Amino acid sequence: MRQARLKMRDCARSQPKKLVSALTIALLAVFLSNTALSAAADKDPSTADHSKFEQLKGPFADGPEVTKACLGCHTEAAKQLHKTSHWTWAFENPVTGQMLGKKNVVNNFCVAAASNWPRCTSCHIGYGWKDGAFDLSSEVNVDCLVCHDTTGTYKKFPTGAGHPNYEPKKWPPKKGKVWPPPDLVRIAQGVGKPDRDNCGACHFYGGGGDGVKHGHLDSSMHKPTKSTDVHMDVEGLNFSCQTCHSTGGHEIAGSRYAPKAADDKGIDIPGRTDNSRATCVSCHGNTPHGASANTKLDQHTDKVACVTCHVPEFARGGRKTKMWWDWSTAGRKDQHGKPLVIKDSEGYDTYNFKKGDFRWEANVVPEYRWFNGRIDFSTMGAKIDDSAVVAINRVNGAYDDPDSRIWPFKVMRGRQPYDTQNKVLAVPHLFGKDDDAYWKSFDWGRAIKAGLAATGQTFSGEHGFIETEYYWPVTHMVAPKEQALACESCHSRDGRLAGLTGFYMPGRDRSEWIDMIGALMILGTLGGVSMHGIGRMIAARKRRKS
Amino acid sequence: MAKVFMYSRFLRLWHWLQALLVITLLVTGFEVHGTIKLLGYEQAASYHRLAAWTLLGLWVLAWFWHITTGEWKQYIPSPVDRIIAMMRYYGLGIFRGEPHPFHKDRWHRQNPLQRMAYLSVHVLIGPMIWISGLAYISYPYWSQYGISGLSLAPVAMLHTLGAFLMLAFLIVHLYLALSTSERPFGNLKEMITGYEETSEDTSP
Repeated sequence: MRQARLKMRDCARSQPKKLVSALTIALLAVFLSNTALSAAADKDPSTADHSKFEQLKGPFADGPEVTKACLGCHTEAAKQLHKTSHWTWAFENPVTGQMLGKKNVVNNFCVAAASNWPRCTSCHIGYGWKDGAFDLSSEVNVDCLVCHDTTGTYKKFPTGAGHPNYEPKKWPPKKGKVWPPPDLVRIAQGVGKPDRDNCGACHFYGGGGDGVKHGHLDSSMHKPTKSTDVHMDVEGLNFSCQTCHSTGGHEIAGSRYAPKAADDKGIDIPGRTDNSRATCVSCHGNTPHGASANTKLDQHTDKVACVTCHVPEFARGGRKTKMWWDWSTAGRKDQHGKPLVIKDSEGYDTYNFKKGDFRWEANVVPEYRWFNGRIDFSTMGAKIDDSAVVAINRVNGAYDDPDSRIWPFKVMRGRQPYDTQNKVLAVPHLFGKDDDAYWKSFDWGRAIKAGLAATGQTFSGEHGFIETEYYWPVTHMVAPKEQALACESCHSRDGRLAGLTGFYMPGRDRSEWIDMIGALMILGTLGGVSMHGIGRMIAARKRRKS
Repeated sequence: MAKVFMYSRFLRLWHWLQALLVITLLVTGFEVHGTIKLLGYEQAASYHRLAAWTLLGLWVLAWFWHITTGEWKQYIPSPVDRIIAMMRYYGLGIFRGEPHPFHKDRWHRQNPLQRMAYLSVHVLIGPMIWISGLAYISYPYWSQYGISGLSLAPVAMLHTLGAFLMLAFLIVHLYLALSTSERPFGNLKEMITGYEETSEDTSP
């Protein structure tokens, strides 16, 4: 296309005779390159046209009926999905042995899924997880469409426990827009490979809204620009999520709970390595900068993760991410007795009576830690030390550990409720129609009691609020190389790694003693030669006079 | 007025190239150290490495030259009384307008203090810088070389100390070289042309 345009420009300068033939060539080139482009868009087209399938003619009363039709041919699909954390919301960390997953962890956003199921499970790949009794062995309750819809019209209803709305319904309730029910037949006949929008429907909106949770995944990643994400750039490489998060049997490579902090396998070659492309190294190798680059760059890969320099800031797509969430201030009303909501000039909630105070930031500089891939979680029910800030998760690593690299993190901070007697983080029951729900009665005591009870814990009756932090490794929004960090971002006195002590780094570190001795030596020398010189001048003048 | 050949072509080349490299290394080195800001860290570090390797190569040539030509003998320390005479001159005689106690010729180019100063640059400050510098520059390969138990901090500190000593030397050297010649900038001209111009008759 670009070549064709160049040709057009050239022929505008050439003689009119040649113009016609040049135009023909140019048009042909446009035509050919367009065909090439559209072929490149789907190099691996499906061998099946689902709109021709008898089984998908419908009508379908609900999601599970569609799933039943899918399973008629894809007999093993549900069984495969049942093994994934997308379904189980449970994940046994192979490094620590800890039971993690959404079912078992607490965070410092809406804290926990337990007792708030129907709201949270609008991001579960199933239908009907509305309470603790959900049947995880049900095959028809696997939601195929949320990942495989290609029409962009399938949406799980925010409070539907994973179901879309089958009747027109308003969201937010009462004052919101009407959500039309999805056309299940059309959607089922159009199924295909997941694209960014399918994954993004949940992963871009984690934590209760656009960009809230990760900061490096938000709605700007549906169609990112080159500067937001060099790989997913719609005008450029246009990667899907699975380009890196390679899949097989519905298992998806890459884990936030057990990330690979250092990939010593190098470029992923089938048969020799783990067939996972979820690290930068699996495509770029461990000496990625090329012969023409400063050799020092490749010499950094044994200590510095790729993303540390190549994701200079997160939340770069024009959306803000939540950096602070203080639950302790929730429940306020304005002077008219109405529930209080305060928005900043760009429309972000800085206070919401349901949730407390927020701080939002865009283009955030990450915090950096040594990280070897091991993260220890303070899971649900774990005792906490309330004399200091509680680290809900702790990243491990050290300078002298060969498996550690310097990694960037979004550190989410906030204040959240806890049981001051039993020293456990509260599981607040926030959502529900019952009066125990905090968003119904705004009574922390009842909400915490109900939430803890739902997870088999007892509430002492005393609650307080404790400051917590949670580390989220930053992995997405890789910037074009021109935007990568420069040396002095870290190699300077107050650079980005000022807080990462315990090792000597040129430009940042020095021995103050040696610098002082050196300075005295240089000043002394300068002073000495100056005095000697002045002395000689005075003496010479005196000699001339006498 | 007479012209005496004093500095061979290689010596002059060595001197000026060394001057250029040492000043480059001082400037870029203190930028890498975080003391000054000029080129930016990446450029400073790159030029520092380039200049360092060049200077090391030059030093190898210079050592070879000194050994094979016998020039090394010009660094043999002088007897104590001559050193004292030289110190007395810089401390007293030079103010009184006394004549220089030392007369240089082609094979006795350096006065007793110069011998000591240049000897220490070549065998103390120089090696202190290049040994610590080589260790510094090869830091990424330490584990491959089987070096353990060494950390970068002492290496960097030694290297920095060497840099300060070199800078102090440079200051004194510039002061004396530019202000103690008979004619204004006489020493500078000599080091460019190779010939010393004297008013004395030096013919035998």
